[in-house]
Amino acid sequence: MAGKPKLHYFNGRGRMEPIRWLLAAAGVEFEECFMETKDDLIKLQKDGSLLFQQVPMVEIDGMKMVQTRAILSYIAAKYNLYGKNLKERALIDMYVEAMMDLNELLMSHPFQPADKKEQHFANMVDKATNRYFPVFEKVLKDHRQDFLVGNQFSRADVLLLEILLMAEECKPDILAKFPLLQSFKARISNIPTIKKFLQPGSQRKPPTEEKDVPKVLKIFY
Amino acid sequence: MAGKPKLHYTKGRGKMESIRWLLAAAGVEFEEEFIETKEDLEKLRNDGVLMFQQVPMVEIDGMKMVQTRAILSYIAAKYNLYGKDLKERAWIDMYVEGTTDLMGMIMYLPFQPADTKEKNLALIIERATTRYFPVYEKALKDHGHDYLVGNKLSWADIHLLEAILMAEECKPDILSAFPLLQAFKGRTSNIPTIKKFLQPGSQRKPPTDEKFVASVRKIFNI
Repeated sequence: MAGKPKLHYFNGRGRMEPIRWLLAAAGVEFEECFMETKDDLIKLQKDGSLLFQQVPMVEIDGMKMVQTRAILSYIAAKYNLYGKNLKERALIDMYVEAMMDLNELLMSHPFQPADKKEQHFANMVDKATNRYFPVFEKVLKDHRQDFLVGNQFSRADVLLLEILLMAEECKPDILAKFPLLQSFKARISNIPTIKKFLQPGSQRKPPTEEKDVPKVLKIFY
Repeated sequence: MAGKPKLHYTKGRGKMESIRWLLAAAGVEFEEEFIETKEDLEKLRNDGVLMFQQVPMVEIDGMKMVQTRAILSYIAAKYNLYGKDLKERAWIDMYVEGTTDLMGMIMYLPFQPADTKEKNLALIIERATTRYFPVYEKALKDHGHDYLVGNKLSWADIHLLEAILMAEECKPDILSAFPLLQAFKGRTSNIPTIKKFLQPGSQRKPPTDEKFVASVRKIFNI
C-alpha cells in the first residue's frame, strides 16, 4: 500500500511550493521532511536519494522523483488535472511554462543582492503586468469560462492562483487592471481543497523573509 | 490539411535546437523562418503571434506553440516518444530535465563575460562528469537495454545524444569514463532519422560562434 507522498525540501516556498499547491488542490495528503542545514542536504545526497543531487525530491508511488516540472506533470496527470487530450495538454503546458517563468522571478526576489533588488522588483512587476497577466485575462475574456483550459479545472488554474497571490504579496494592487483575474482569484480560492489550503495551519508556506535568507543559502551553497 | 511545422527562431541553436532534434528524430520534415534583425522580432510581436512575446515559436497542427518544453512535450507525445504509461513518462521527464539543465549551461557559455568563461567551462565539465553522465551511465548499466526508458526509443534518448555531442564539443574526451554512454552514442547516432540529421546539409545548427552571439545580443537587446 502506497503511503502519503513525502516532500524533501527546506521549510519555505522555493521550488517546492507549486508542488504543495498541486497536491493540496488534488486533495492529496502529504508529509514533509525539512532540511535545516547543509548536512541534511549532504545526507540525502550521500544516501543516493537525489538523482541529480538536488531538491525538490518527492517520494511518491515507489519513486524518488526529482525535477520540479517532472513531479508536477506526474501529479497533474495522475489526478486528472492535465486536460483531456493532447491539444488541451499543449495549452496547459504553454500557460504553465510562462507561469513558471514568472514564478522564478517572484520566488527569487528575496534572494537578490541588495543592490539588485529594486531593479529586480521593477522587472518582476513589468513582466507580470505587461507580459503575463494580459494573456490570462484575455484567455478568460475570450471563452468566458470559469477555468483556463477546456472548461475544466486543471493544473494551470492552480498555478495561476498561486502566482496571482504571490504577485499581490509583492504589490497589493497588481491586479487593478485585470477584473477577470480578480474574479478568477476569488472563484478558484473557493474550491474546497484550495480554500482549506489557504487557511492558517495548512502546509502552505509563508513568503521567505530577508532574515531567513542567509540560513537558506547556507544549505545550498 | 496540415502543412509542415514551421519554426520561428534565430539561425542558431539556442532553445530551438532540441526541437529540431526531436522533429528530425521523429522523421518529421519542418520549415524554418529565421529572425535576422530586431525588426523581424518586432514584426512577430506586433503580429500578435507570440503568446508571451518570446521565441521559440512553432506553428504546428493549427497552433502557434510557444515555450520550449510545451513544444517538446507535444511533439514527443504526438510521435510516441513519451513512454507507454505515466511512470515511464515520469522517468523520461526526469532524465530530460537533467539534460536540459546541462545543455542550458553549455548554451549560455558563449554569452558569459570573457573573464568567467574558463570557470564556467570547468563547472560544465564537472557537472557533466560528476552529476549528469553518471546517472545515465548507471541507468543503462542497471537495465542493460539500448534505450533509457522502457526498452524503446524516447525523447530522453534523443535529448541525451544531443547533450553528449554538445558536451564533446566542450571537451572531446568527456565520455572517457563512460563506456556505456559511448556505446549509446554510437548506437543512437545510427538510427536512420538521426544519422540523416547528423549529416552535413541537414537543419542541425553549428556551435554558437562570436558572430552569432553578437547578432543575438542585437536582436534581443541583451
